[in-house]
Amino acid sequence: MTPLVHATTPGGYLLVLAVILPVCAVLAIIACGPRSAARIAMITLAAGLVVATATARELMSSGTALSYVVGAWQPPLGIALRADGLAGAMLVMTAVVVVAVGLFARAQYGLQESAGEGRAQATFWMMLLALWSALNAVFIGEDLFNLYVALELLTFAAVPLVCLDGRAETVSAALRYLLFALIGSLLYLLGCGLIYGQYGTLDLLALSRLSRSDPALFAALALMIVGLLAKAALFPLHLWLPPAHAGAPAPASAILSALVIKAPVFLILRLVLDVAPPQAAAIVGQLLAVLGAASILFCSVMALRQARLKLMIAYSTVAQIGYLFIVFPLASGSADLPPWGTIAWTGGALQLISHALAKAAMFLAAGVIAQAFGHDRIADLGGFGRVLPLSAVAFGLAGLSLMGIPPSGGFIAKCLLLTAAVVEGYPWLAATILAGGLLAGAYVFRVINKALAVPAVPIQPRRTVPQRLEYAALALAAAAVLLGFVPLRPFGLLQIGRGDVNLAWTP
Amino acid sequence: MTALFQPGALFGVCGAALVGIGLFVVVTHPGLLRRIVGCNIVGAGIFLVFGAVARRGGAAGLEADPVPQALVITGIVVAFSASALAVALLKRLSELNTGDRAETTELRSGS
Repeated sequence: MTPLVHATTPGGYLLVLAVILPVCAVLAIIACGPRSAARIAMITLAAGLVVATATARELMSSGTALSYVVGAWQPPLGIALRADGLAGAMLVMTAVVVVAVGLFARAQYGLQESAGEGRAQATFWMMLLALWSALNAVFIGEDLFNLYVALELLTFAAVPLVCLDGRAETVSAALRYLLFALIGSLLYLLGCGLIYGQYGTLDLLALSRLSRSDPALFAALALMIVGLLAKAALFPLHLWLPPAHAGAPAPASAILSALVIKAPVFLILRLVLDVAPPQAAAIVGQLLAVLGAASILFCSVMALRQARLKLMIAYSTVAQIGYLFIVFPLASGSADLPPWGTIAWTGGALQLISHALAKAAMFLAAGVIAQAFGHDRIADLGGFGRVLPLSAVAFGLAGLSLMGIPPSGGFIAKCLLLTAAVVEGYPWLAATILAGGLLAGAYVFRVINKALAVPAVPIQPRRTVPQRLEYAALALAAAAVLLGFVPLRPFGLLQIGRGDVNLAWTP
Repeated sequence: MTALFQPGALFGVCGAALVGIGLFVVVTHPGLLRRIVGCNIVGAGIFLVFGAVARRGGAAGLEADPVPQALVITGIVVAFSASALAVALLKRLSELNTGDRAETTELRSGS
């Protein structure tokens, strides 16, 4: 009865590789023991990066979405994997951030050869790889229940990363994170049940053709979106994020803040644009935009008031996530323009990617600073730019992207969103974007000001940090800025494979 | 009124009630262990709803729809792992807290 919607495409095996390669590496680490963990992880990072770039190349050359139907069982019963242009961009972004953070962690763990650290290191590598697999599964999943399992795997990999050092406050933060995430995924699961009861399928592509305005679908979407908001830490459900992200070790914070919260945001995007009927999507979009704007303003002010660098960056994450939610009303599209043809769609995707790069760079730079000085109290960091020039530059470049100052990926993203807000007639969103940029400028300059200050007593690092540790942060920050110079290429990539979703848009 | 006592509808209503009770526990109780139990009650309610959904598949001529049942089995495994992780973290947290109070110096040198 349900039409045949998926067929395995030539490059489809790449999607399978993206999910199972990291899992195989985790099993290999368990089999070979913690001593070889770093080596196996390094090999997998390289292989995963190759898979992600090959996926993007295949997408660009074929111009259509990649699909893989697992076991050739068609979706109502089987499971399909599918990567369209946006998913392909997410895969590449994830691979770049994971590889950079992996290199940083390798250099950092190389510094401390103490005996008790071996287990924490092996745990870090295993969780990093498990998390990568779960992220890829979220980005290419087509089956709602499969996505639930991927989200849970993501949580189970992210929670141990929060409490790697085993201090009481990080364990407490991890537990709070786990409870928020659990309730979120349970609400999502309940929504899945209702959708299956109504439509008899959980396949997103099939649902986009079957969905109609009925109360069961609205209830299901409301449950799923609220659940995902708890995981994405949008205001006012952000309470768990600052302690969890600020307490984790630097490489873990970078991954958590840059990538992990993007997975639920990506799912909300797919639910609202692909599954929800257009009228419902418009109402949901307005609500999400209000929450997003509140998130930008409230958490930017909170970031300004933080005394600790890592807490400031964590609050800035919640604020920057808000930008992704004001995309919804702006990208609602019109009769002759589908959502993915709007400039807000491109702006939102660019914001997602540039924030991932910039935020990972910031957390790594903050990690170097904390390692060098033994603390991250902003007030006591006067003149750190002279001791750690590369980290200060990385922090500043990442800050450019967060503020939206040209030339940077964040500038293009915020400029597109601002234009969309003005054109679509949302002056309050335009004002929020501008205010958010000013506030971001204020909290970034607070740190840059300290970096360039000349204190009476020059600040002395507690221990020397080798420069190779700083390169990872610098490379990520440079990538966030360089994203601003390639604005037109993603334009085409982000729209690949969107046309066959939601036939309501095609005449 | 009799429609409510059809097996499918009854399971669905009970599931919804369990979800409500569980959410109430999670939101109102400050104790972490109670909140974990609350999550489990929500989970049980959701699995009942899935059971009710499976029952409705009988209209297609089958005894019951097997897909939701397969989903429930996976869901139980995931919920079990989640509970195990949460309880392990809670146990570690209470050990750390009591250890801090009893012999702070010894714990710090030990860890």
